[in-house]
Amino acid sequence: MSTIEASSEVAHDDHGHDHDHLPFLAHHFDTPEQQFDSGKLGIWLFLVTEVLFFSGMFCAYAIFRALRPEVFEGCSQFLNTKLGAINTGVLLFSSLTMAWAVRCSQLEQHKGLVGTLAATLSCAMIFLGVKAIEYSHKWGMGLLPAGLFFYDPNNPHPADQPNYLIYICLPFAIALVGVVVWLVISVISDNAFQVAVAKPLTVVCLSFFVGVGLGMVLESGGEQHVDAHADPDGLAIEPELETLERENAAATALSGAMVPVDEAVLKRLSTDVTNSGVLSSLNAFEQQNLTAGSSVVMNEDEILGGITTTEVNVMTPRTAGVFFSIYYCMTGIHAIHILGGIAVLVWLLVRAVRQDFNRQYFGPVDYVGLYWHLVDLIWIYLFPLLYLIR
Amino acid sequence: MSAHAHSEDGHSNDGHDFAHPMSVQTLLLVFFALTFLTIVTVAQSNFDFGAFEVAVVMLIATIKAILVMAFFMHLIADKPFNAIIFIGSFVFVGLFVIFTLGDSMMTSGSFEPEVDLMAPAVAEPMEVRVDGAP
Repeated sequence: MSTIEASSEVAHDDHGHDHDHLPFLAHHFDTPEQQFDSGKLGIWLFLVTEVLFFSGMFCAYAIFRALRPEVFEGCSQFLNTKLGAINTGVLLFSSLTMAWAVRCSQLEQHKGLVGTLAATLSCAMIFLGVKAIEYSHKWGMGLLPAGLFFYDPNNPHPADQPNYLIYICLPFAIALVGVVVWLVISVISDNAFQVAVAKPLTVVCLSFFVGVGLGMVLESGGEQHVDAHADPDGLAIEPELETLERENAAATALSGAMVPVDEAVLKRLSTDVTNSGVLSSLNAFEQQNLTAGSSVVMNEDEILGGITTTEVNVMTPRTAGVFFSIYYCMTGIHAIHILGGIAVLVWLLVRAVRQDFNRQYFGPVDYVGLYWHLVDLIWIYLFPLLYLIR
Repeated sequence: MSAHAHSEDGHSNDGHDFAHPMSVQTLLLVFFALTFLTIVTVAQSNFDFGAFEVAVVMLIATIKAILVMAFFMHLIADKPFNAIIFIGSFVFVGLFVIFTLGDSMMTSGSFEPEVDLMAPAVAEPMEVRVDGAP
């Protein structure tokens, strides 16, 4: 696309010599249609490479899910379906406005083009804002890729975690301040063109924080993390776990080495602490330790918290970390594509304000539109595959 | 529109208009269809389809993808060659995923990183302590 622009500049320079030439038509093309079709073939080929690029990650997803379906089911519960669904809607709407922008550029509706491009950009920013909430929430809980994963079910919200949300928001806040300053300067210096560009961009930058707010509202109301923001001390304990812990507190205090123990035994222990019969129970425990200690018990820290899992625990760094590696890789690269799309869309917005596009030269809008729809297309598959696993 | 095109095309050697704008009605209809299918796909996750779940999810996603490709990406009105190239890429994606998946099913046990295979070494001192207790 930059080639087209560069060559259209060349065409501009030569305009004096060549009256037949349209300012936007590069010299090596005979007609605007030929120029458009060539560019379109190019962008389709680029989209093919994008599809193949993402297919590598979908392939990794397929392999790991086939190997360990229960890990994907268990870990998917940590993804907030509401946030994912809202982001899907936002992205679909941005696709609508992008398709509408292509229509506007074809019909030479310059104001409509600026408006639809700004709407597309705003939706992209809302998407990233919601994503920022999702990511910062998971990082704080230690739901990280394999190797960094440190999630502990007994202390899901450690207090010593930095506020990741601030770090993610910082670049966007700086961008917002920069655009506002630019807007003020261009208003003062009475530069109509720059005002026309800076105004929609201010709305676009603000949209990120709309997305953050939307994400916060949905996250705090999300069914998966009811206790997410209620406790700043990080003392959140899931209700059923809390009662369980109270129940086995006595046993925990008495037996030196803890193992996952039978609930019935625990109940008996907690009620009969003063009973002499507890001694024999403890002896049984010790015996159990001796048999279990060598093979089953692996991580003392986890046991100290009093996990009483009866089914296979998939939330270990070894298995859950793999899921979150795939999750961050797929959604992260998708988010990078959104950022890339935002960059090109801003370029389009500037050109749209300049009224560069017309009935015969709308290629750049169409090409960026195709790219944007592909990003949407990938999300259409990502959303159900990651968020909606039962 | 074509009359307008004619008057401006007078000075160029391009006789006809190649832009095919989608009607707003089509765009909105496609958008609402996509939103509806999103609701359907979220709703279906509340029902248990067992082994068919992935198939159902992929079917709905593919219908959405086809809608986006045909209308938002203009493939329905575009030159067939572009559609052939793009859809051709999915053939290769299919080959890639099927062969790799098949290979991993036949040969590989698990690709999990061995981050907590260190654990037995950690458990050993505890075993000594338990032994020493009685």
